[in-house]
Amino acid sequence: MASTYGSKRLVVGAHYGLRDWLSQRFTALIMAIFTVAVLTQLLIGGPIDYYKWSAIFARQWMKVLTFVVIVSLLWHVWVGMRDIWMDYVKSMGVRLGLQVLTIAWLVGCAGWAVQVLWRL
Amino acid sequence: MVTSMKEPPLKVRPVYRNIHVTQLASYRLPPAGWVSILHRISGALMFLLLPFAIWMFDASLTSEVSFDQFRSLFAAGAWGLPGWLWKLVAFALMWGYLMHFCAGLRHLWMDATHAVGLEFGRNSALAAIGLSTLLTLVLGAKLFGLI
Repeated sequence: MASTYGSKRLVVGAHYGLRDWLSQRFTALIMAIFTVAVLTQLLIGGPIDYYKWSAIFARQWMKVLTFVVIVSLLWHVWVGMRDIWMDYVKSMGVRLGLQVLTIAWLVGCAGWAVQVLWRL
Repeated sequence: MVTSMKEPPLKVRPVYRNIHVTQLASYRLPPAGWVSILHRISGALMFLLLPFAIWMFDASLTSEVSFDQFRSLFAAGAWGLPGWLWKLVAFALMWGYLMHFCAGLRHLWMDATHAVGLEFGRNSALAAIGLSTLLTLVLGAKLFGLI
């Protein structure tokens, strides 16, 4: 098996791209399922108010699904934003800075979302 | 030695390179190209509006009091900005989500079924733009109280 690290690592065909591509697809699928799950619960039954809305996220399986969606979102957006920076920002220094900011932004947002979810 | 093959005159063909920002207005994209760039723009937009989305998630869920704050943002406004402007931000987020969702479904479908034909690419691109625009308009009208 070809080495994927060190000075003798294989720089092509190491499936770096495939992993990102595939994870972006599967995280998208999870988020699409979540969208349908939320909409279904919101639209069936009585009028939409605070009680109905908060009851949806009070269910344990919805909490777990929402948590998975938050992590999926984090991963999905990281791949997408990194693609954007790689496509348009040529300077290595600026690109690295933007990537670091992107990670900080995403981790911060994910932390906030998780906090909201689990204190309900 | 005597065979002096005459070189056929070279046809001047258009050359395609990476386009420059200044060429954006005059560059004609096929529908699939539009979906591609709109997918990217809507994704970047949602990335920037992420804190707003999580604020809405937070305020709408935490308590009845915060739920009322969530509602009043779009009625009375907050942080020095009027309600209609916040509705506009929500509208932008909504467009971003719907556009990205429809374009994403198209992507998943193409990847899963190897639908790579020219015809399907064009039709599905038009469908993605059409459906997301329609849903955005309907939900937008609902948001602004038009229906």
